[in-house]
Amino acid sequence: MIEFDNVTKQYDDGTVAIEDISFEVEEGTTTVLVGPSGCGKTTTMKLVNRLIEPTEGTVYFEGTDIEQKDEIELRRDVGYVIQEIGLFDHMTVRENVATVPKLKGWDDDRIRERVRELLELMDLPVEEYGDQHPTELSGGQRQRVGVARALAADPDVMLMDEPFGALDPITRAELQDEFLDIQAELDVTILFVTHSVEEALKMGDRIAIFDVGELVQYDTPQNVLENPKNDFVRDFIGQDRELKKLQVTPVRKVMYETNGERLPDVDPVAPSDTAQIALSRLLETDAGRLPVARDGEVVGVVEEADLRGTSDPTRGSI
Amino acid sequence: MVSAPPELALVPLLEIALAPLGIFEELPGAYDFITSNWSQFLHHLWTHIKLVLVSELLAILVAVPLGIAATRFPRAKPTIKGFGNTAQTIPTLAIIFLMLPVTGIGFVTAVAGLFVYALLPILTNTIAGIEDVEDGVVEAARGMGMTDTEVLRKIELPKAIPVIFAGIRTSSVIGVGTAYLAFFVGGGGLGTWVLQGIKLYNMEMAIAGAVPGALLAITLDSGFALLERYLGGDAQQSDDLVSA
Repeated sequence: MIEFDNVTKQYDDGTVAIEDISFEVEEGTTTVLVGPSGCGKTTTMKLVNRLIEPTEGTVYFEGTDIEQKDEIELRRDVGYVIQEIGLFDHMTVRENVATVPKLKGWDDDRIRERVRELLELMDLPVEEYGDQHPTELSGGQRQRVGVARALAADPDVMLMDEPFGALDPITRAELQDEFLDIQAELDVTILFVTHSVEEALKMGDRIAIFDVGELVQYDTPQNVLENPKNDFVRDFIGQDRELKKLQVTPVRKVMYETNGERLPDVDPVAPSDTAQIALSRLLETDAGRLPVARDGEVVGVVEEADLRGTSDPTRGSI
Repeated sequence: MVSAPPELALVPLLEIALAPLGIFEELPGAYDFITSNWSQFLHHLWTHIKLVLVSELLAILVAVPLGIAATRFPRAKPTIKGFGNTAQTIPTLAIIFLMLPVTGIGFVTAVAGLFVYALLPILTNTIAGIEDVEDGVVEAARGMGMTDTEVLRKIELPKAIPVIFAGIRTSSVIGVGTAYLAFFVGGGGLGTWVLQGIKLYNMEMAIAGAVPGALLAITLDSGFALLERYLGGDAQQSDDLVSA
């Protein structure tokens, strides 16, 4: 969908922001660019909507060199979310969301319908919030408006530059969960920039880890955790690598089928829960093992030893 | 002994402070002067308003586009700002007299002087207002596919309106005061009474010219605030900017 081919960006003052970067963002996935400040992740993302032009190399969008595309048209086809500061405070929520459809010249009825639909989706009913100004909203609500605005013209690709960075941890987790739900329905390709490993692991189908100007590792969250490519990646992930692994592993991957044995009488976990939740429940209950239930029916069991072995490929998955 | 309430004690103090001005004593006289010279008063007042509004309008027409240009072409900015600063440092009287050989005695010369003097606050505030728009907002607008003109029209100018209007309001209040000098080049206005009054040592006449000017300044300021609100700006915000 989006392909970076040996892309280098050197700024006028001589700083090399990114050097010789190549990777491909697959259609329908969320790819997270993650790394410390100044590593070039944001630069890489802005190449896609041509807010930044590469010094060398090519960026392809659906097979076409983006230099060949009209930059204004391109930007109107690509959703763009930045931190809440990107909202237009002098416009109402409704006007903010309608921005790109208006630029694209949609007719008024279609815009009105679309704005209603999106604000509904974001849990900000248009009757109540449509005429408010962004300054009247909470941080979480503002960010919802930002996401709605980016989705307004039905983009195939969304660029999200630390969209949840300015939020408190609880609101951030809430919005991440909501966004994962929305994204599952939308089938949109997302390029997501963050400096938080936790967020990258949670949001990404693929993670691109950047060191200063350099793409170090591009892989699935599981593989990044299991096979960090070098010390930089290992340090970046942090010392709680095992816990993070549990966070990205669903219970269904580590449980085994029950063979009618007696299970402790504790609350079951779901196959779709993370292994981290299972571990937390195990620590809480002191039971040693937990039933796994789907729709009230026990489908498996998970033990502490299974969690320890999350990276063990010989463990059967169901 | 019973001491007087503090507010009563203040009255003599006020009288002492204002005595040299003699304004309060002269006010009824000035009022009579105005009513007995009503048509002449209206003529001076109207000329004064015309002087301020015409010069102000011209200054807006020049300074706002110039300010916008300064933000579009960074290399021209020092020149444009320098032009505005220079215009402000030349005393109005000097400009008026410099213009005399060109435009002769009368209204046009006075307007020219006031115009030059009105430029700087509007110019500076237009530049500052546009530059103060947060980078993130402009980048979001560009990233969403707005052209440069659309960013200016839909984002930068609307956001800069309170600051630009603060400049216009400051400039017009200054203009009301400066327009008293128009008398020197035959431009008329309320300055006619003030300067003649001083020359003839006719205090009633001088005050009859001065006080309406103060009222005019307040009225113009409120008028521009109303206009700003009509244009969708937040007049309260530029109130704060004006008083700051």
